Amino acid sequence: MNPPRPRPKLDQENTAFWTGGREGRLNIVKCGDCGEFTHPPRLLCRHCQSENVAPHAVAGTGVIDSFTVNHQPWARDLEVPYVIARVKLDGAPGVYLTTNIVHCPVEAVDFEDKVRVVFEEQDGIFYPLFERIA
Amino acid sequence: MASTEAYITGLGQSEVGVRLPRHPLLLTVDAVREALDDAGLTLGQIDGVFTYPGKMNGYTAFSPVSSDDLIEVLGIKSKWHLGAMEQPAQLSAIAAAAMAVKQGLVRHAICFRTVYEAGGMADPGTYMSGMKQDTVTGPSQWTSPFWATSAACWTAQYAARHMHRYGMTREQLGQIAINASKNAMRNPRARAITREALTLDKYMSARMISSPLCLYDCDRFTDASTVVIVSAGDALDEVTTTPVRIAAMAGSVDRYSWDQVEWFAAYETGADLWKRTDYTAEDVDTVQFYDGFAFLPITWLEGLGFCEKGEGGRFIEGGSRIALDGELPMNTFGGQLGAGRLHGFGFAHEAVNQLRGTATGRQVAGDPKLAVATSGGGPMAAALLLARD
Repeated sequence: MNPPRPRPKLDQENTAFWTGGREGRLNIVKCGDCGEFTHPPRLLCRHCQSENVAPHAVAGTGVIDSFTVNHQPWARDLEVPYVIARVKLDGAPGVYLTTNIVHCPVEAVDFEDKVRVVFEEQDGIFYPLFERIA
Repeated sequence: MASTEAYITGLGQSEVGVRLPRHPLLLTVDAVREALDDAGLTLGQIDGVFTYPGKMNGYTAFSPVSSDDLIEVLGIKSKWHLGAMEQPAQLSAIAAAAMAVKQGLVRHAICFRTVYEAGGMADPGTYMSGMKQDTVTGPSQWTSPFWATSAACWTAQYAARHMHRYGMTREQLGQIAINASKNAMRNPRARAITREALTLDKYMSARMISSPLCLYDCDRFTDASTVVIVSAGDALDEVTTTPVRIAAMAGSVDRYSWDQVEWFAAYETGADLWKRTDYTAEDVDTVQFYDGFAFLPITWLEGLGFCEKGEGGRFIEGGSRIALDGELPMNTFGGQLGAGRLHGFGFAHEAVNQLRGTATGRQVAGDPKLAVATSGGGPMAAALLLARD
């Protein structure tokens, strides 16, 4: 049994990201003026500095840009090995998410694999994890 | 009056060890005294103190001593002092001191980095109290929830991608750690960290931490203080050592978020360094590259133009090119992999020793005159070009 995941402290900037999974939405901040995405989420667009930004539900799919098979238990009782990946999101140019690839053996993960989001809920936080699309 | 040049004139280092009983403030004072003796200066001549990152409450082991502490206990009459995390990596403290002396604010500045991470692990209540967070904020909220809690997990993904795109092998990467261990054995201050040279067999069979980074690709928590004195060019008649000129400085950050950058800041920093000098990479006699993880020197080799991007693995193939007697001796004191996690300052310390010809037992042959020292490499980086005129 894994320990509880470290819990992000919710605030005005990050709540839509960490709770969007309740409605099955992967929310990334999008600018209403220039159309670019800002991640990590901020209160203004990092491309044009507009404050006309809002969470936008992206498709929830992407490709594995890179990954590592982690063998070191960084917390007590943490089960290893597990995959940490950098997923390049579809439909949100320039946005990468650090995440875990789940529901497959660690040996099965490779570069460029297509993946989709699955949410893991823990006390009201919906962690966006990804699984390979067969 | 402003001075046109900044020089490194003094070097000091405490004992380097793992779980040293000596208080980190006293380790720092040991290093300061050695640096003053080395430079032929007295405390009364010091008028600036610079450190990275300054005292960190809650994670004291990472940085247990503030510039204020030294000013207070040593009675320094400081004209400018600075300690801050929000700078481009560890050597930015030396760069800031150089800027201060160039502006005439300061004549002789103590720059220091004290780490007590091994001792802190033994006494977490005193030194690691801030690590027991049940909620995460700031940049770590985007990585820690996925158990990517260590920089090893972040760096590993860039190393893995380098292998995927350019064909770097673990056998090639291993030369960084093997070279570090060989050099560490020639460095008396590294004896508490490395006792025997690493072999390729031992490296290849080592426990994996976060693929492709194994145990020997990660530096080791250490207790130590390293001091560098930076002096103004018009104050050199007060020092007794051979001064080493800071010929160029560079630092950069693109995105602070580790996982949003295309490549590490070593590339931008390396390119900028050469824009600020007439020297080129071909003029460099030795390099001291930040190696908190073995992959980082690969990015520095490529970023500074010692080889093309993607060629770093092939450049170090077999290890002879970066060996002490090779064409580009690297991390001649052992780096952090071999000499302990001095956290950035060990590289400048060694570069100066090599340029002065005082790296006893590990001196680069051929009277080296130009060296590069770097720190960081992940989202932020800093580099110094050091010259003996």
